[in-house]
Amino acid sequence: MSDSAQMTLRLAILGLVAVIVQIAAVSQVSIFGVSADLAPLVVMSVGLLAGSIPGALMGFGMGLLVDSALVETLGVSSLIYIAIGYGAGRLRELRDPAHTLTPIAVGAAATAVAGLGFSVIQFLLGVDAPVSWLLVRDILVTVAVNTIIALPVYSVVRRLLMPLLPDDPRRRRRRAYTTGGLSPISRA
Amino acid sequence: MYKQTVRRRRAVLGLLVALSLILLTAYFGESAGGGLHALQRGVLQVLSPIQEGANRALKPFRDLAGWFGDTLHARDQRDKLRKQVRSLRTEAIGGQSAVRENVQLKGLLRLDRSASLTTYHPVSARVIGRSPTVWYQTLNIDRGSSSGVRVDQPVVDGDGLVGKVTSVTGGVAQVTLITDHTSGVSAKVADTGVNGIVQPAVGNPNDLLLDFVSAKNRVVKGEAIVTAGSRANKLESLFPPGIPIGSVTKVDAQEVNLFQRVHVTPYADLRTIDFVQVLTRPAGGG
Repeated sequence: MSDSAQMTLRLAILGLVAVIVQIAAVSQVSIFGVSADLAPLVVMSVGLLAGSIPGALMGFGMGLLVDSALVETLGVSSLIYIAIGYGAGRLRELRDPAHTLTPIAVGAAATAVAGLGFSVIQFLLGVDAPVSWLLVRDILVTVAVNTIIALPVYSVVRRLLMPLLPDDPRRRRRRAYTTGGLSPISRA
Repeated sequence: MYKQTVRRRRAVLGLLVALSLILLTAYFGESAGGGLHALQRGVLQVLSPIQEGANRALKPFRDLAGWFGDTLHARDQRDKLRKQVRSLRTEAIGGQSAVRENVQLKGLLRLDRSASLTTYHPVSARVIGRSPTVWYQTLNIDRGSSSGVRVDQPVVDGDGLVGKVTSVTGGVAQVTLITDHTSGVSAKVADTGVNGIVQPAVGNPNDLLLDFVSAKNRVVKGEAIVTAGSRANKLESLFPPGIPIGSVTKVDAQEVNLFQRVHVTPYADLRTIDFVQVLTRPAGGG
């Protein structure tokens, strides 16, 4: 099996497992009145590890799966997760962040984008209900909870995709350190 | 080469966004029996056994995580409940005579139609999935049309009203909670019979609003809110009368408005329900 086919298969399994674990377990554990949301973290991790196109594709697929499994308006989650996956991917392509804590910051940003994105789309679709400040509080608490679990989620995704990744920032950094900061080309 | 990569990247992004928008528009515009809804039900049908298995397998982890939160709240709840028990004991003693009178009066007025929920043929179901966002307050349960569950049937748990069925496949149904923004339940204050509509306060699953209550009517903190359950022939309510919804926690006195807003805390703990009952048939219905 080619690398791209293997990557597609792994991403599909990852998406399916993440959505099932989210719906069957994570959503049912309440922390300060909210539950963690794995989907933006998984999509963010894929974008950060594999780039903007795989990130956007993962976002689209995972959004579709979430909306189907929960019988929600089809396309809403996809739209938001595409932005998250693409954004995380572009960050990798433009800035190439190699710091260990990058997934925490990007995970928090991804969750905030998801929370605000859902709110905006729901208002555009015409939610007819009073909105309390507690909605803002819920989004902030979800961001805080997701920030805590962002690194473990990123590690799991990285472990799953690592053998197929052409260029992992952390591996590259480690290689640069062991060669005294010089690239193998300049040493030669 | 670089330009080609950029073009490809933008094309993929544009295509995905366009696809999402097309799906969203088509889904929003079509009826519940449309193609996309049917496709969605198909996916739900396929995923439901996996979801159910995962739900059972992951229960110990869920319970462990829930235990920490529960322990933090347990002390606070214990103190509140002790106070509540003391006041309820006093009320119960007074209530016993009222219950006897009530039974006699019901017999006289032939009001036995609105008896217990067993006449509504409740079907017990396990919660196998839950929406993670505050915008969709929905549950998936492991009973569907094969168990007699149909769209719009009321769903309750041991504490009170939970919501109604909004989508059904053979073995799974989706329940929209009373805290979902699409929900609206005709309700009344149990003691005084003051009517209103219970709607959610989006973003706070522990707060409901009893709207359209005339400012002239007095509503007091602690009063119980139950379903009104209209029995008119043409517009019969989806919910049977007398199902507990919650208790009044606060009343917003708005002097300039005709209506007051009454805050209600639901009796059912909607974040931690494991089992629910679907009332599959109206009382006396076939």
